[in-house]
Order: sequence, then structure tokens, then C-alpha cells
Amino acid sequence: MGQEQQNSNTAQKESFSNGVKGMTIIVKTISIWVKVLIFLFGINIVLFGHLTPGGGFAGGVILASSYVLLMLSFGREFVEENLPLPLASKLDCVGAFMFALVAILGLVFGGSFFVNFLYQKYLPGQPLHLISAGTIPLSNIAIGLKVGVSLFLVTLSLSMFKADLSETEKE
Amino acid sequence: MTIFYILLIFMVVAAVIAVETKDLLSSVICVSAIGFGGSLMFLFLRAPDIAITQVVVEVLSLIILIRATISRDLTFITGDREFFGTVVSVVIIFVIFLAGLKILDTLPDFGTPVFARVAESPSQIYVRKGLEDTGAANIIAAIILDYRGYDTLGEATVLFTSILGAIVILRSPARKRLGEPDK
Repeated sequence: MGQEQQNSNTAQKESFSNGVKGMTIIVKTISIWVKVLIFLFGINIVLFGHLTPGGGFAGGVILASSYVLLMLSFGREFVEENLPLPLASKLDCVGAFMFALVAILGLVFGGSFFVNFLYQKYLPGQPLHLISAGTIPLSNIAIGLKVGVSLFLVTLSLSMFKADLSETEKE
Repeated sequence: MTIFYILLIFMVVAAVIAVETKDLLSSVICVSAIGFGGSLMFLFLRAPDIAITQVVVEVLSLIILIRATISRDLTFITGDREFFGTVVSVVIIFVIFLAGLKILDTLPDFGTPVFARVAESPSQIYVRKGLEDTGAANIIAAIILDYRGYDTLGEATVLFTSILGAIVILRSPARKRLGEPDK
């Protein structure tokens, strides 16, 4: 286990300074810093979706585009080590399942399907605070996770498809 | 009002350039310029939710378009347009435009929808009682996730299914060529 981790660490250090795969070292350094800021901004837009403009869909696209930035500057293999395809598929399904779970819990605890049971019965909260509006922040988090990982998956699959096409053209 | 006309003319000119130019990279950039013009229009129409979503989707789809369509050996579109097809399309568009002119007379003025004058219509109820019914300060989030949550569930299902279809189509040739067994 230690040997594998050492190998993957050296592989990442090589791809950091390697000139062939990805872009120059200035672009790689800046994109590491900027990726963290974009990711944090996306989480802010998803989490405060019931107070400020934005919501789940816009925040999810911002989360996906932070990973696309890494994919453009470092190459596909670097990002695929951090967030491989099976794990991303599972996260996508978790997001969709959480959204359906919020709707079904409305049927169980409230009266009808998809009713806002947290606001009307258990946890009203105060308006204009983070904990308010019942199940709306939970739905926003589920949709943000789902949309972000879905767009990341599409870009990763397209990149693998194109790399495979150019390989078969060379043969 | 003049800023809307300027942005509309900008978007129409960008669309014409995107269709007519022979260079593929210029065409993709003009398609993206249409999206940015649309997002500016949403901002001037006081809809920041849609403006944010339009900007980020435009940037991401620009990246995906460039990755998907531009390769190193094909950067120019060649070929002529056929004459009969062009004439038929122009005639059909002109007929639809004439029919649309008659319908445009019956529309209300810009900025005053019909149901804004009726006090008991759903849009006025959502605006007045949105905060106390749902507790959310963002009325758009209250509408799409509480009042009309079922439609959002349908939209999330459509997004999930389309991404699933895209990944299945894009994935299996790569797996086969790389030598891994198909699961």
C-alpha cells in the first residue's frame, strides 16, 4: 500500500513539471489556486440558494467547471486519479437518490408528495437565515451535487473518447 | 429600452457570422458570443438567477464544443449550398413570419403580462405570500422547489437520463480499445 502511494505521488509530481502533458508550469500553478476558489464559490452558491440568486443548477455547473479547469491544465490522467469514473458515477446516483428521498419523506412525514414538511411542521427557522425554508436547502444540495458530477462525467468521457479516436487514427 | 435593441442586433449579427464564416474556431466563438449577449439581456431585465446560469453554462458548453469539434487537421468548412433547398427554406420562413405578424398584434405590451393585473392569479400569490408560505427569501427557489417541485423532479430525471445515455455511448469503444473486458 505504501509503495502504491509512493508511486502515485511521484506520478503526480512528474506530471506537475512535465512539459508534454498539460500546459506550462505558470498555468498549472495558477490553476491550482484558482480551482480551490472556484470550488468554494460553487459551494456558496449551492448552499445559499434559498437566500441569494443561484440555486442548485448554477452552482452545480460552477462545481463541474472547476474540475474542467484542472482537466484542461493538467491532462485527463491527473484528474482521473483524484476522482475516478466509478466514484463519480456513484456520487451522481447519490445526488439523484437524495432528491427523490426528500420528495418521498414529504409523503411519509407530511400529508402529500414533496410537501415542505420541515418548514411546516418540524423546523421553521427564521427567514433570511441559513436554516430556514425547510427542505429547500436539502434539495439544492442534492441538485448541485448531481448536476456538477454529471457535467464532469460528460467532459471526462468526451476526453477519453477523443483520445481513443486519435489513437486509432494513428494506427 | 435602447440597450435591448443594441444587444438584440449584436446577437443577430453574431448568429449570421457564425453561420456564414468558413473558419470553425470563429464559428464556435460567435455561438458563444450569442450566449453572452443573452446573459447580458437577462441582467438588464432584472433576472440575476437566469443570468448566472446562462454565463456558466455558456462557458462550459464553449469548452465542450471546442473539445468536441475542433481537431488539428480540420479547421475549415468547405462545400457549397444547394440552390433549391435554400429557396424552399426562405419561402417557408417568410410565410411563418407573415403569420406571426398577425399574432404579434394581439400580444400585450413589453413588461406588462396579462396576469399581472389580476390580483388572484398564481403569479401574484407567489410574489405576495412566497416568504410566509415557504420561508425562502429567493422567490425563484421557492417556486421551483416548493410550489412547483414536481416539475423540478421531472427536469432532474431528464438530465439524469440524458447524461446516462451520453456516458454509455461515449464509454464502450474506449474500454474495448484499451483492452479491458466489457463488464
